[in-house]
Amino acid sequence: MPLYLTALFVLLATALAALASGRGRAANLVGPLGCLAGCGLGLFAAVSALTAPVPPVLRLPWSVPYGAISLTIDPLSALFLLPVFILGAAAALYGKGYLSGLAGKRHLGAHWFFFCLMVLGMALTVCAANAVFFLVSWEIMSLAPFFLICLHHEEDRVRTAARTYLFAAHLGTAFLMAFFLILGHLAGSMEFSAMARVAPDVLGPYAPALFFLALAGFGVKAGIVPLHVWLPEAHPAAPSHVSAFMSGALIKAGVYGVLRSLTLLGPLAPWMGQTLLAIGILTGVLGLLAGLGQGELKRFLAFSSIENMGIIFLGLGLGVLAAATGHPGPALFALSGLLFHVINHALLKGLLFFGAGSVLHAVGHGFMERLGGLSKRMPFTAGACVLAGAAISGLPPGNAFFGELLIYVGGGLAAMDMPLTDAVWAWTGVAGLAFIGGLSVIGFTRACGMVFSGEPRTADAVNAHDPDPLMRAAMWSLGLLALGAALAAPFLFTAMLPAARLLLAGQSTVLPVLPSEVVNPETLLTAAASLTFGAAALALILAFARSRLLAGRSVRSHGTWDCGYIRPAPRMQYTASSYAEPMTVLFRRLLGEKRRFTPPEGLFPATGTSRFATETPDRVKDDFFAPLFSAVLTACDALKRFQHGNLNLYILYLLATLVILLAIALGFAA
Amino acid sequence: MTARALSVVLPLLMAPLAFAVIHRVKARFAGRQGKPLMQIYRDIRKCLGKGATLSRTTTWLFRAGPTINLAATLAALSFVPLGGLPAAVSFPGDIFVFAYLLAMGRFFTIMAALDTGSSFEGMGASREAVYSCLAEPMLFLALLALARHSGDLSLSGMLAAVSAGSWLTGAPVLALVTVALFLILLAENCRVPFDDPTTHLELTMIHEVMVLDHGGPDFAFIEYAQTLKLWIFAAVATSLLLPAASGSLVWDALWGLAGVFAAAAAVGVTESVMARLRLTRVPPLLAAAGAFAALALILVGG
Repeated sequence: MPLYLTALFVLLATALAALASGRGRAANLVGPLGCLAGCGLGLFAAVSALTAPVPPVLRLPWSVPYGAISLTIDPLSALFLLPVFILGAAAALYGKGYLSGLAGKRHLGAHWFFFCLMVLGMALTVCAANAVFFLVSWEIMSLAPFFLICLHHEEDRVRTAARTYLFAAHLGTAFLMAFFLILGHLAGSMEFSAMARVAPDVLGPYAPALFFLALAGFGVKAGIVPLHVWLPEAHPAAPSHVSAFMSGALIKAGVYGVLRSLTLLGPLAPWMGQTLLAIGILTGVLGLLAGLGQGELKRFLAFSSIENMGIIFLGLGLGVLAAATGHPGPALFALSGLLFHVINHALLKGLLFFGAGSVLHAVGHGFMERLGGLSKRMPFTAGACVLAGAAISGLPPGNAFFGELLIYVGGGLAAMDMPLTDAVWAWTGVAGLAFIGGLSVIGFTRACGMVFSGEPRTADAVNAHDPDPLMRAAMWSLGLLALGAALAAPFLFTAMLPAARLLLAGQSTVLPVLPSEVVNPETLLTAAASLTFGAAALALILAFARSRLLAGRSVRSHGTWDCGYIRPAPRMQYTASSYAEPMTVLFRRLLGEKRRFTPPEGLFPATGTSRFATETPDRVKDDFFAPLFSAVLTACDALKRFQHGNLNLYILYLLATLVILLAIALGFAA
Repeated sequence: MTARALSVVLPLLMAPLAFAVIHRVKARFAGRQGKPLMQIYRDIRKCLGKGATLSRTTTWLFRAGPTINLAATLAALSFVPLGGLPAAVSFPGDIFVFAYLLAMGRFFTIMAALDTGSSFEGMGASREAVYSCLAEPMLFLALLALARHSGDLSLSGMLAAVSAGSWLTGAPVLALVTVALFLILLAENCRVPFDDPTTHLELTMIHEVMVLDHGGPDFAFIEYAQTLKLWIFAAVATSLLLPAASGSLVWDALWGLAGVFAAAAAVGVTESVMARLRLTRVPPLLAAAGAFAALALILVGG
């Protein structure tokens, strides 16, 4: 706990020092260095809390009504601190390089102030053990990114994105306030520990409402479909180190919130698991299908984050369903798998956003149809992105594979053991996860292939180069951590288990020592790791054999085979939208893809007269939220009758309100 | 131990032969003599002995594709039993590792195709990615049906649990799973009706067009990996149809080989009697495979 508090103070001091050191280079030195130091200390604190036999606790009185500065670093909190501090440190390192060209042009002091505040806010959020304190931390964490997204505020799309983010964040918080007020009222206290002790028969009637309030409030942050609309706007608009933190860590606060509220809601019910599972599949599949229609790299990565939230909720749904129907073994598999995926996604998505940031930094935009051939010009970035893309698609021996493997085995065991009606859900979960994995392969081969492979489609990509050493160091650190996570998968599973157990602590079923008698998770992970790393080693051996075979023989260079065509041009390469076409056509009804086509006319059409363009809009935003919000605005117009600027009448409103409140208060007293 | 080794060594040696059986069956249907059965070995050896011509556009990804694909296919092969012979490696949950190893090979094959910047190869890569994305959930459903049927979550275990007796009690389940697995075999190996490996127009190919630019040892790796992949799916699908394990090494091995070659012959017959489907008709066929698997799952019951 002292280490954790020191880390928080370092972050706070850095925030203030950065603000005081002005707009320029000084701020870009103080901010990242302090952030790095704070996050480093925090990482130690998180790891020691994860291994501590008793969770460290701090409780200080606070003048806010019902509030207390109450912090508990239990295994679940400690686990979520890991992505916060890892990505905080990596993003600080990357951001220093990324922003160095902007010193003096933007207020970097303010930028680092809000960056430190965001890390600080999230570190507090996942450890807060009092609802009032939690909401205050949540607001700090939610407000700071608004200012970070706004770095390039002169661009219209950045302002729109920041506004969308702010709306979404606040609407989410409104649900959370309702959630905690009802739960706090039932518990008679705003402490989480008291809330967890509310008797099931008192809680029972409220449980469905509370569950959906938590799901709505935290789901907005996590970006589950259909509450995801802010995510694909905000991530591309923010500077890349901020997108990396937001995508890797910040949206996980939503996952943490759902997990924490499940521990407060008493015995888990099967319908909760079914709901979470359905949301997970919907989010994973729709997130990626929509992502396949995107032409901008960071926008695609944002949709991929939505998809990974889908995987996490799918695992959670499987776990909750298995736990609620008395199958603690599969439940522990699925839950530890989802927790593992939280960490894996943080590392890989951070790396991918850094890679996308390097492309943006080198080329100036991320439109796939205008890029290509970057792997020759920026080999480091290309290698990092392709390997991270393979890993995040769940392919072995990447780290995400081992998390997904645990979810799969949980689903497989549940599908074997459960009665037919419940097993159908487990089968759907397993098949859904496989489909999401396949979609992810399409998405990442498309993104990496279009941006890095082939020839440059336009002149934009010709002069690109790898980023500076600082940014490369940030990418190396995340890449090596991801590799380490894959190699240490069996040990990491042991570290996840206490947190997974915590989620099931409120259940009546007796927890087994190890998740399943049928499958030993550690043996499974060790066997899977040795086999898949064995395959990787075999690939290296074969590559060596290949180079020995070719040594001394003629290896010639030639143009790509073009079927005898005389003048191939880079523009003739396959495009990102053609690559995704079979899938977008298959799901066109669902995606609402728009096509604009001006066919060529006449026998000898003139150049430039025919056009073809496709666009995949966000249907949830266009068909649901946009009409909803404009309806709300119209309804608000009616209130303008009361807002007429006449001060005398305003004072009358005040007086009337006071009188009514007084009457109510006296009425209650009587 | 010998049995486990045999289930890897036999495919390593004989997988190209199973491939040759398909060619021979197709040739006989067309009234031709067909190329010698050993020709495919000579082709592979010829390619291994050649130099290479690499496209100027390509990078390490292009060269890594065939190598990683072969390594991944070899690793996946170690999970596959052969008739009554147990697989080299087996642990509960290995079905997921098995499927994902094949996906890993596919990812890098696709990346190698895209690395050439060729529109044809992009087109093939796109189709390969889409069809395998649709086939993978179906494969998992079929394997889950077997897992529930046998109470075992390892590939060897669930296939070994199928006995002559289980065909008497659970014939509908096993038949549905076999049909689903056979359809997945055709899809995953790019055979008719999903893809025609012998077509001569690049526009209509899937797998063959992805490897247009590979030559020399790279192409040998690709060809060999392709024959191994066919073996893998043929061995899994026919293990269900040949449920008896005699306990005698020789008989089990022969029994398994007979199954794989019969499956290859069945592929040859399928290719001879029907044409390739239009590309837009492929997803419904894969969905049908999924429907068979799902029906099998429900029939296994509780």
